[in-house]
Amino acid sequence: MLTLFKIEFLKVFKKWRTYIGFIAVGVLVPLVHLAMYLEGQNSLDFITRDLQNSFLLVGNLLNGYWISYIILNVIAVHIPFLITLVAGDLLAGEATAGTYRLLITRPISRMEIIISKFLAGFAYSALLILWLAIMSLGLGLVIFGAGELLVVRSELIIIFDKTDVLWRFLLAYGFAILGMTVVCSLAFFFSSLVENAIGPIITTMAVIIIFIIISAIDVDIFRMVKPYLFTNYILKWRDFFNDPLDTNQILNSIFVLSGHIITLFGITAIIFQKKDILS
Amino acid sequence: MNDFNTVIEISNLNKRFKSIVAVNNLNLKVLKGDVFGFLGPNGAGKSTTIRLLLSLIAPNSGTINIFGNSLKEHRKMILARVGAIVEKPDFYNYLSAYKNLEILAKISGIEVKQTRIFELLELVGLKERYKSKIKTYSHGMKQRLGIAQALLHDPELIILDEPTTGLDPFGMKEIRDLIIRLSKEEKKTIFLSSHILSEIEMIADRMVIINKGSTIVEGDVKELLNTDSLKVIFEVNDIDTSKSVLENTKWYKKITSITGNNLTFTLEQNEISEINRFLVEKEIAVSAVIPKRSLEEYFLKITSEAN
Repeated sequence: MLTLFKIEFLKVFKKWRTYIGFIAVGVLVPLVHLAMYLEGQNSLDFITRDLQNSFLLVGNLLNGYWISYIILNVIAVHIPFLITLVAGDLLAGEATAGTYRLLITRPISRMEIIISKFLAGFAYSALLILWLAIMSLGLGLVIFGAGELLVVRSELIIIFDKTDVLWRFLLAYGFAILGMTVVCSLAFFFSSLVENAIGPIITTMAVIIIFIIISAIDVDIFRMVKPYLFTNYILKWRDFFNDPLDTNQILNSIFVLSGHIITLFGITAIIFQKKDILS
Repeated sequence: MNDFNTVIEISNLNKRFKSIVAVNNLNLKVLKGDVFGFLGPNGAGKSTTIRLLLSLIAPNSGTINIFGNSLKEHRKMILARVGAIVEKPDFYNYLSAYKNLEILAKISGIEVKQTRIFELLELVGLKERYKSKIKTYSHGMKQRLGIAQALLHDPELIILDEPTTGLDPFGMKEIRDLIIRLSKEEKKTIFLSSHILSEIEMIADRMVIINKGSTIVEGDVKELLNTDSLKVIFEVNDIDTSKSVLENTKWYKKITSITGNNLTFTLEQNEISEINRFLVEKEIAVSAVIPKRSLEEYFLKITSEAN
């Protein structure tokens, strides 16, 4: 099984498309850092303009934590599209290339194939988030240093002490990996249905866009559906920046996302077990 | 019932794709050491049968036993002893030939030494290009690599679906010689599907012809081809004199057609030399004797009868 996983991992990382996500993050995040270096103070002043009328803000608020928090807020919504590029190709790519025949005529079970491929997709998702963490948090701390984290919500403002932030980021990135694994599972599921990678990539993106739009429109009918949309839980990493931490809400989100992963993987495995390989 | 000598036994096999019947109650038996020719017109169900044999698709009903075991129940054990090329040879285009073989060996669960991979690459004439990515390979080169991957784990049964497609005549001969060597020297059982009927005629011991997913005829190649008399074309220098000397002889009624300088006879095997001698004695120069009684003709006859 480990050998199969290594092979699938190698196959993923020998493809050019795999690096698109890493390049995108590698280019975009330093650009944000540069923009913040040049204009960050203005941006911070703008955000805190009402606060400054009533409070005296001291210390280094323009710091690596704050910038990483901003980046995570902005980029986390777009990372799923980078995940689908690879996950949508995991099974359908074999069908397109005709290499299913090479794999399935070997003395390995279809379940072993599907597990190793899924794990490769998971590893890619995790590494992409890790890369985002390094580029945003790591680079941010190097350039701007540490400091208090200012979190502005619609109804409240929280300022976390700089000693109380890093663990929140680590858990938030961990949670983001879980969220991206749901996206990976969805693309993987669509990938098992067709023989061309374009279909699963576009379909997964379409599902995510539709769900995000439904979540964003605040009307009764959509409000009823919202708790059942996985996109609603993907952004729950923000819960790690609440004070106090609502553990039940976080565990509920983890439970829902894990349920999605298990269900999607289970359906994919059943489909793949019964699939006639005609490519 | 399986016996020790039977490598593949297909019984009452059926496969449908929605309303299309691809394999219809197919039965066949491949014996140990056979080079088994698998023939049929386009759409006869050959590729579907091969996919069924390799568990790429599942049958609707019927059984496939390989090495005396049910494919359904002992898939992994069976596939560990089978090498195959299915239709066109496809590989991971972004990897080199060497890396492809290395990966396939690992997937097969065998420890293949570097020397074995190079040995196979040399066997199929690709050693010089072992580092090149597959996307730079021609179809013929991929076909050769397909043969190499099929032999990678030293299988007992080799299933080859059109193995010489895309090869030049020299390459085709090399592959034919390789198949003969694998069969005769290494005692491999070869299941060979081919559109090149002369290839089957040259190298197969036994064969089956299928049409519309069913077996039409199965048996020893030589026996099947000897069941009817042969058609032989005699190319002569003077067709008019030939006709006149043959008139009033027993040979005349055996002429089936006259085209240009060609006289086509329907003859028994031993009559070919006899008629040749007769024509030469009558001072008619015979520039060529071409037997038309080949697998191609037999194949066309059998499949058109079935239609």
